[in-house]
Amino acid sequence: MRTIRLGAGAGYSGDRIEPAIELAEKGALDYLVFECLAERTIALAQQARLKDPASGFDPLLAARMRAVLPICARNGVKVVTNMGAANPAAAARATRTLAREVGLANLRVAAVTGDDVLAQLRASDAALDNGGRISTLGNRIVSANAYIGAKPIADALAAGADVVITGRAADPALFLGPLIHEFGWAMDDWTMLGKGTVVGHLLECAGQITGGYFADPGVKDIPDLARLGFPIGEVREDGQLVVTKVAGSGGSVTSRTVKEQLLYEIHDPKLYYQPDVVADFSQVRVEEIGPDRVRVTGGAGAPKTGLLKTSVGYVDSFIGEGQISYAGPNAVARGKLALEIVRERLALTGVRASETRYELIGVDSLHGAASIARDPYEVRVRVAGRTETLEEAARIGNEVETLYTNGPAGGGGAWKSAREIVAVASTLTPEGAARPSVSFAD
Amino acid sequence: MKLREIAHSRTGDKGNISNISVIAFDEADYAHMRAHVTVERVAALFAPIARGKVTRYEMPNVAALNFVIEDALAGGVTRSLAQDAHGKSLSSLLLDLDLPAPTEGAGA
Repeated sequence: MRTIRLGAGAGYSGDRIEPAIELAEKGALDYLVFECLAERTIALAQQARLKDPASGFDPLLAARMRAVLPICARNGVKVVTNMGAANPAAAARATRTLAREVGLANLRVAAVTGDDVLAQLRASDAALDNGGRISTLGNRIVSANAYIGAKPIADALAAGADVVITGRAADPALFLGPLIHEFGWAMDDWTMLGKGTVVGHLLECAGQITGGYFADPGVKDIPDLARLGFPIGEVREDGQLVVTKVAGSGGSVTSRTVKEQLLYEIHDPKLYYQPDVVADFSQVRVEEIGPDRVRVTGGAGAPKTGLLKTSVGYVDSFIGEGQISYAGPNAVARGKLALEIVRERLALTGVRASETRYELIGVDSLHGAASIARDPYEVRVRVAGRTETLEEAARIGNEVETLYTNGPAGGGGAWKSAREIVAVASTLTPEGAARPSVSFAD
Repeated sequence: MKLREIAHSRTGDKGNISNISVIAFDEADYAHMRAHVTVERVAALFAPIARGKVTRYEMPNVAALNFVIEDALAGGVTRSLAQDAHGKSLSSLLLDLDLPAPTEGAGA
């Protein structure tokens, strides 16, 4: 039975590049896939594009492409990525230019566009997952992008693309697209689309299935994390998957690493909503069949809903923050005193914050009141507040910094920030609103 | 005993919702985990952090439970004031849960 080898070259926009090079060189891959879009990335990219029409795509696109394209061309590996962010067409042009520079004059680079549904969404008054509505955001909206599916990616490959660059596509679709293209799976073959979604879901976070985000010394040890390798999915025509990695790379692939990733960011395992299918993980089986080889079977699927998850980016607020450290005897008490001083000074100086946090890093900053009290040797005071203006946000950090000369004994290492927050809310859009299309860069 | 002695866990985030998996190291411990790592206990543990509903999905196919906790991420990663805006560290809180020791030979 035919098998296609998919490699995951990135699990987020800032991910390491060396494992992608290793995969391109030694992975015997058919496809190298880079997943680089988090919930907010595209909204920030859209802001960049408004300032410069030639920008708006992943800042590491050139570095990644320069590193892997010559190797991929030599080894016959095609590249699929969502590094197009808010401007896939410009990303494709940049990749085409770069390809010429490295001697790949004939490389065919396709852009998938049509995920931007801002114009259609403005006309509606859709409900958002944060309890608000589109209309209440008004001119604060920065972007609205629907998660499109695997079909346009498969179409681009069928048209001869060596590199396919999308904007907002469902992460698993970056892997499902090549499978649809290679195996000719029908777009209403819900079982195969479900199995392909399991493949994409497991691989899309790259190192998270090969031992990243897993190690706990003495409990769950992972060898050679510094050289953590990224995964390879060997996918058979019947949808069976074997997860593995390049021999000699760091990390490990075990039933434990695979199970953690299977459940990562899912809700009801019977209903994993995707643009092309509702995938069902409830009968998935995970078996170790060799060193760093795990077989995954049993994925299933049901008909798609016809609705696309859509991320709406909007200017939300400003966040101001300050930190300062205390160490040694009585450090916790001095940290608590510092928090009380800042709380009172912000009130005295009239800084309006709709939401605040006063916490001690090392004591309760991660789990709040659920934390188990054990006095640490050192603590770091942290105050954060949400404001309507940048000026007020800046005053929060300043009131932490002033603790140097106006607070408890021995405060050191003060740090502050004030930043605008572009937040993301979600809504559902009828799939007809998105019009995916494929174009090739000259 | 602590839950971490028989299970491992990973946290994921979607908007303002956290999901925390609990996966038995040994499939034989799944029944014990299923009996004692209940919605009520998890909701009580996370009450100081999360304001929303807790739902548990059972996955006997991989000897795992999946807890979905709503309104758990201070508005979600894109606007949260929290240091750990994703809630990545929440799995460590769940693994600290106290469990009764399994009865001898009653693992399955």
